[in-house]
Amino acid sequence: MSTLVIAEHNNQQLNPATLSTLAAAVEMGGDIDLMVLGSGCQAVIDQASQIGCIGKVIAADHSACEHFLAENLAPLIADNAVAYTHILAAATTTAKNIMPRVAALLDVQAISDISAVISENTFKRPIYAGNLIATVQSNDAVKVITVRATAFDAVEATGGSAAVETLDSVNDMGISSFASEQLAESDRPELTAANIVVSGGRGMASGDNFDLLYRIADKLGAAVGASRAAVDAEFVPNDMQVGQTGKIVAPDLYIAVGISGAIQHLAGMKESKVIVAINKDEEAPIFSIADYGLVADLFTALPELESKL
Amino acid sequence: MKILVAVKRVVDYNVKVRPNSDSSDVELANVKMSVNPFCEIAVEEAVRLKEKGVATEIIAVTIGTAQSQEQLRTCLALGADRAILVETDIPVEPLAVAKCLKAVYEEEQPDIVLMGKQAIDGDNNQTGQMLASMLGCAQGTFASEVSVEEGSIAVTREIDGGLQTLNLKLPAVITTDLRLNEPRYASLPNIMKAKQKPLATRTAEELGVDVSPRTQLLGVELPAQRQAGIKVNDVAQLVDKLKNEAKVIS
Repeated sequence: MSTLVIAEHNNQQLNPATLSTLAAAVEMGGDIDLMVLGSGCQAVIDQASQIGCIGKVIAADHSACEHFLAENLAPLIADNAVAYTHILAAATTTAKNIMPRVAALLDVQAISDISAVISENTFKRPIYAGNLIATVQSNDAVKVITVRATAFDAVEATGGSAAVETLDSVNDMGISSFASEQLAESDRPELTAANIVVSGGRGMASGDNFDLLYRIADKLGAAVGASRAAVDAEFVPNDMQVGQTGKIVAPDLYIAVGISGAIQHLAGMKESKVIVAINKDEEAPIFSIADYGLVADLFTALPELESKL
Repeated sequence: MKILVAVKRVVDYNVKVRPNSDSSDVELANVKMSVNPFCEIAVEEAVRLKEKGVATEIIAVTIGTAQSQEQLRTCLALGADRAILVETDIPVEPLAVAKCLKAVYEEEQPDIVLMGKQAIDGDNNQTGQMLASMLGCAQGTFASEVSVEEGSIAVTREIDGGLQTLNLKLPAVITTDLRLNEPRYASLPNIMKAKQKPLATRTAEELGVDVSPRTQLLGVELPAQRQAGIKVNDVAQLVDKLKNEAKVIS
């Protein structure tokens, strides 16, 4: 067997989720190649070739790949799938967009968001917003899989010097084009990669009050997240949402502030190593999964916490 | 402009699901079923496009058992003009659903196909992308805003880093995210009227689609439960525990 892993990146840097996806590939066994599709992405190709566990890097550096449009990338991946039994990518919004399109081109049933590898054709994956775990066996010749990065420990980013093979036939399919994007700019770590995450919910009462969380986050080197309730109330933008329909995080420390703990939120953070809940409602469901619960008014607890860190 | 809206019958989002007695599947006996919430958003968006005069006809379609007619009637009550049930007795995977939708697409020739980005049962998030792939057309997944122009559609998508806007040529497949709109409730008069609207039944065989499964469900289990820890008395004790017991801050 042999696996092709599709790298997740922003044309400048390899996303660490790729290293976790490679870990899942290592568990499945066999040879692994890494595919980097982008534009002006030489730095990513260089990073990719340093990873120890891969055979070679297959790269396309082409303007048609700049914005990772599924219409342009899926055929490239499918055309190069012949040599592989498994095609893996991290379950990010980019790969969730592309991989089912690849699977349809290959006429196979994709397996989404696996959280454990049982064997080369059998996997565990969360269903029903993480309320149940299904064990699924694929009978397709090629397995197209997205991987829940937080469920696998990253492989080493260095230690190798893989050869780079370049793809020349890259096409812009001409049916979709990039218009604009609004990306959150922050000096804080990225939510899914942070060791500590501080999240706020409806209890924060306003977007301005998130400053209380930002100040604590900056003392801890943490990322800041939010519950769906806080995003729906427009306290903060949607890219901060942690939960089943937002980001899945599993940091060393997760501090949930003013979050009641709806099942959809828990699905996005319950794999965190240590969970702290601060809430004035002592019946809040979040306390049933928190390692340390503090029943307190967040508007007094947060400034005090900031001063003690 | 014609819009095809694909929906799925799923366990209602308020139901606490559990494994069945031999843990071979999810317990579905005597469980309340509903239209998948993401699909309701797709129906709502189609209805709004019709109210704006952009769309002229809305066709709701689902692939499933005869009971899925209930969900199609809901769509008709919400504003779809007619409905198509592609009936199958076996649980269908996204690949098979996409193949059935492609067959319906070819008969109906809609300009836009709308559907939820994922169903809340399997959480696969695949069908829309697969359909677009099979049709060789553009896809606008995880849409939080759509704007239809002449021959194209601008779709703002929720992506990991924020929002991205794409221009897609029509026909296109759009999958809806949570913030695209807030679906209305069906009024009683509309529920009554929906009973008179046309609902056609087809089968996968008639459409020439092989829906046999490619994967096998080996079992379903509850996730490992987290135990509740302790309640701390104050912020000082919390900081002390994090530093000296959990050792997650320094």
